Amino acid sequence: MSKHVNSIWFLIGLQVLIYGVLITGTGIWEILHPPSHMADLGWTHPAIWWGGVLLALGLFYVIRFRPAKSFRD
Amino acid sequence: MSHNAVAAGMIKPIVSATPIDLTIVAIYFVFVIGIGIYLKKYTKTGEDFFMAGREMTAWIAGLSFLSANLGALELLGWAGSAYEYGILAVHWYWIGAIPAMLLLGLVMMPFYYASKTHSVPGYLQLRYGGATRGLSAISFAVMTILMSGVNIFAMAAVMQVVLGWDMNFSIWASSITMGVYVVLAGLLSAIFNEVLQFVLIWLGSLLIPILGMVQAGGWSGLKQHILTNLAHFGVQNPGSYVHVWSTLGHFTDNPMGINWIGIVFGLGAVISMGYWTTDFLVVQRVMSARDLRSAKMAPIIGAAFKMFVPIIVILPGLLGLGLLSEHLVSQTEVTAAAAHGQVLYSYNDVLPLMLAKYCGPGLLGLGITALIAGFMSGMAGNVTAFATVWTHDIYKPMMNPKASDAHYLAMGRWSTVLGILVSIGTAYFVMQFASIMDYVQALFSFFIAPLFGTVILGMLWKRTTAAGGFWGLLAGTASSIAMYFWVDLQPQALQYIALSPDAKPMAADMFRALWSFVIVVVVTVTVSLLTRPKAVSELKGLVMGCTDMPDEGSYPLLHRPMFWAVVISIVFVALNLYFW
Repeated sequence: MSKHVNSIWFLIGLQVLIYGVLITGTGIWEILHPPSHMADLGWTHPAIWWGGVLLALGLFYVIRFRPAKSFRD
Repeated sequence: MSHNAVAAGMIKPIVSATPIDLTIVAIYFVFVIGIGIYLKKYTKTGEDFFMAGREMTAWIAGLSFLSANLGALELLGWAGSAYEYGILAVHWYWIGAIPAMLLLGLVMMPFYYASKTHSVPGYLQLRYGGATRGLSAISFAVMTILMSGVNIFAMAAVMQVVLGWDMNFSIWASSITMGVYVVLAGLLSAIFNEVLQFVLIWLGSLLIPILGMVQAGGWSGLKQHILTNLAHFGVQNPGSYVHVWSTLGHFTDNPMGINWIGIVFGLGAVISMGYWTTDFLVVQRVMSARDLRSAKMAPIIGAAFKMFVPIIVILPGLLGLGLLSEHLVSQTEVTAAAAHGQVLYSYNDVLPLMLAKYCGPGLLGLGITALIAGFMSGMAGNVTAFATVWTHDIYKPMMNPKASDAHYLAMGRWSTVLGILVSIGTAYFVMQFASIMDYVQALFSFFIAPLFGTVILGMLWKRTTAAGGFWGLLAGTASSIAMYFWVDLQPQALQYIALSPDAKPMAADMFRALWSFVIVVVVTVTVSLLTRPKAVSELKGLVMGCTDMPDEGSYPLLHRPMFWAVVISIVFVALNLYFW
């Protein structure tokens, strides 16, 4: 398979990983500095667990499709 | 909510983005431009620019095929329809998509792919000749670019209502960004960004149904909330909002004002078949597959995901119907209320309202990014399809047939720029004359059903002749236009087209498509029987019965398109029975 075709998964993983870091970080910040207005079900801290999902997913794709591996493929 | 009222500062936007939300949106823009710059070095020939080098895997082609349709207007519009009509809106994702996608993969793709054509009009050229190709290509190019303009306008209006962004900023920022990455790497970067968009849409939207279902207490709890809320709003027959088929016996039994004949034959057998199998905007993605098996698998992968798209589109609409305290109304009522200083929300605002309900800082940015990504890839889909049809089906055969590949590549890039500028011009025109928006959207529907009749007859019946194809397509399109204006000028005409005085406007679209398809078939068959067919040797690779089909038997079971089509069909039937 062409290297650049495979690279889409790496790029998606990288973007999702960055979003995971930012959103989880925001969730932690909100625990330390609770906002005056919270969204519905905000007490479940969705920014932390959904951010964690993004982080894990992004990390998986970045490692699985990292450029060095794509070269070998 | 009215975008004019937001623009005038009379009303606050639905959500308020924080710096972290804007950072997330900005990162998206950096990535899409970066992808275009990265892919430019792989786009050296016309084949690379128009067909992404024909080396996409089944997964990439399949997700891109689905994504080209999963624009933000689709998300907002169908979430709004789910609020307005209840779970009936899911028909546009199940019977209105799955059978057509499977037909494309199993039956039609071998002919599109084996003919090695660049476009659907290109197939018509091979099967029927230049006249049919010209009719199809010119109508497609004009409609696509007008639709692109309408989408840009609609996006800017949504961004103003949801975020309070200036419409000029939204129009130019999105168009320039999309223009840069499409001009740099053509279909290749459009497909990459569509796959990226697909992932972002799911990740940005899935939180709403998850949290919504927790709050509603599951499906049975949600049904109870919907019935209670609708009874509170004084809606008649609230039970019809939570059943997919049982209320389709008669036009008056459901909020859509349609019956099962319109849904099964109008939507399922004609409109969806026309859209998913002959609209080049989506078919182009599948044509970029690297081999025939990938080309057959791509729509089947798309169908598997399409079945579950209602989780992020229809379910949020239903959750809004059950859990929002506001009663959403039509855009006409919103505009009328705004004139008296009253703030109401429209059906199409349901998704942003649910986003604001459940998403705090960061998650809100992800949701907004999903919407913007949807808009951008929808526009890129229009523009790449336009550039291909313009270059290969209009410019090359009609104006300059003997130029070099480098010349056509340059023409592809210039026509992309031209297409974007015309789209922007159309967007500003619609901004001045909002009433033409409905006409532009209707124009697109005129060509879909008749084109399906022409293509499917050409593929399945070797006796179809060039004259039959041309006159059938022309008669079907003309009759579709005539029926539209008949109902537009004389609303009581709907009872003749839909065969019932109780039919509502949604039924008109279904039955108009059905009749125009019937007219295409009758005219094509009649003219074909009166004219001389092509020799069988000329139909090889274009028509069933004249083409050697590759045997799937050599592949392992899990790699066979037919196996997955059967699995998807079983799930499709089960879902319809469960929500009957």
